[in-house]
Amino acid sequence: MWELIEKNKRKSLLILFLMFVLMTALSGAIGYSIEPNYGLYWGAAFGILLWAVQSLVAYFLGDDIVLHFNMAVVVTPESSPQLYNIVEEMKIAAGLDVMPEIYIVQSPGLNAFATGIRKNKTAICVTSGLVENLNRDELQGVIAHEMSHILNRDVLFMTFAGVMLGTITMLSNALLKGTIFANSDRRSRRKRGIGGGHPAVILILLLLAIFAPILARIFYFTISKKREYLADATAARLTRYPIGLASALQKIAKKSSVSFVSKITAPMFIVNPHFAGGDEDSIFSASTHPPIYKRIAILTQLQHGGTVSLGNYQKIYEKEVEHSPLLSNAVLKADTGEKVRLQSESGNKVPEQTKAVEDIILANAGFKILTCECGLKIKLPPSSVAAKVKCPRCKRELSVENGKLDTASSGGETELVFKRMSLTAWESFPCQCGNFTFQLSPLFRGTYVICKRCGTKVKIEYPE
Amino acid sequence: MTFLVIFFVVVVVLALSVFALYNKLVGLRNIVKNSWSQIDVQLKRRFDLIPNLVETAKGYMKHENETFVKVTEARAAAMSAINKGDVKEVGAATANLDASLAKMMLTFENYPELKANQNFLALQEELTSTENKIAFARQAYNDAVMSFNNAVEMFPTNIIASMFSFKQSDFFEIEDKSEKQAPKVNF
Repeated sequence: MWELIEKNKRKSLLILFLMFVLMTALSGAIGYSIEPNYGLYWGAAFGILLWAVQSLVAYFLGDDIVLHFNMAVVVTPESSPQLYNIVEEMKIAAGLDVMPEIYIVQSPGLNAFATGIRKNKTAICVTSGLVENLNRDELQGVIAHEMSHILNRDVLFMTFAGVMLGTITMLSNALLKGTIFANSDRRSRRKRGIGGGHPAVILILLLLAIFAPILARIFYFTISKKREYLADATAARLTRYPIGLASALQKIAKKSSVSFVSKITAPMFIVNPHFAGGDEDSIFSASTHPPIYKRIAILTQLQHGGTVSLGNYQKIYEKEVEHSPLLSNAVLKADTGEKVRLQSESGNKVPEQTKAVEDIILANAGFKILTCECGLKIKLPPSSVAAKVKCPRCKRELSVENGKLDTASSGGETELVFKRMSLTAWESFPCQCGNFTFQLSPLFRGTYVICKRCGTKVKIEYPE
Repeated sequence: MTFLVIFFVVVVVLALSVFALYNKLVGLRNIVKNSWSQIDVQLKRRFDLIPNLVETAKGYMKHENETFVKVTEARAAAMSAINKGDVKEVGAATANLDASLAKMMLTFENYPELKANQNFLALQEELTSTENKIAFARQAYNDAVMSFNNAVEMFPTNIIASMFSFKQSDFFEIEDKSEKQAPKVNF
């Protein structure tokens, strides 16, 4: 069934094509305004080239830029088992081959987004606020929504559309300045204005410059909104629990604002991150995302219907929003639907996630986190060198997994060797002389370190 | 001469379409196989988790031996079913295991000390997630079976299917015993 969705993009493709025509017309017009004879073709070619270059940059660097600039922390099955499990569950439900990477961004706002322009390198990023405030079912709903963006290849689509929107805005600015400039220039230099300076031509160009970006924006938002609804429908189908996503949306709506978002990535978020919730009527908050109350209403009705299928979502969507198909009939028919599942056992409680997020961040800063059998978590700072610690609660002795200082002989010479255990945490060990402690940062990749007190040379070996 | 050319073209077109249809069927069958292996992985993962959970819980729950014995038996039955590889049998055995596990989870509620144990909580999350994964993998598997079976039944792929003896696959059905027995907890 999911393979059908990929083919179901004709309408969006049409809109994308219209944007493309608009962009080409605009750049052609600029060319024409500069050089009436061949400028039209040169201008059009230049516009397409500009778009292609920007798209390529976005294609190859887009994901990484978003994640790097936001200091996103990678989530592993060890650091946050629940979050990892939920993502894996949704990956299985969606039948994806590649497990997306998971990131947490430090932010009190509740939001999440997916990146993944290329199919084999996708990522889902959630804010720490989201993990702290949602229960398991709600988190599953949000992750399913993001997984749907990946599944439906929305990221690729919205990136190209977004870049096109940017190009059109840029070109229209240029044209607007050009017309005014060329017009005032006409008196001093003959026949250098637009198309010989015929008033009708100038008027058409001006209108094009003013209305092209507005039109492009409308096109863009039309695609973006539809894809949000589609992602909701798919998420409900994947989880079989629409109310989970609905109640997550309710929580997110109150506090969705996240500061680090650019306009191009905004459609990838579950709820528009530029505006704190509540302000649903504002033109801007309603631009890339459909109003939250509508999304919640559809999901709630779907839950009460008893059977989750794309077809049922479509029916409610038509009743609530507009009479227009989200998907082709073939896909809607192919989906026989599933019964709504029950709330999961831990679904109604918000677990102790706050501490979990704290742990991930501490672990990332080089802290060692040991879990004692009695359940206590002991956090050792990166500077700690002890090989064993006593649990303060139950007095058990825990051995700290640290690299070991060994001697190895190679070619008749014996040398001291320190074997690192991990490349993601700080490690430290005392020197033989006992007066100095070596501290190795997660980024350190040298072959030797030398004791500052006694001058002993220690070789560093790395895990594979 | 013209007749020969037309004949030749017709033969080539026919051969090409047979190839395409055959490949489509093989592709669909491979998706079914892949999805089944996903279920397989998760079922086995659960078999590994159960003894750990039982061991951890036993320390706290001295008087619930019967529950543990039932779970262990159901696990053994499900394991032998999965080794046979019959989809229907696995479904029945899994339903049994689901039911006894749900019962065990319920008895855990009476032991607050157990619920405070970090190791236990981690195991419980693992088990819950594995059960979810089984359910989701089942969804994906049944979707795949549906498209494969449709292809086997429908024209024109059914001709190729009968020529190369593609057989319809079984759906993986788990009777929702557990869902009937587990009471809903709403606050």
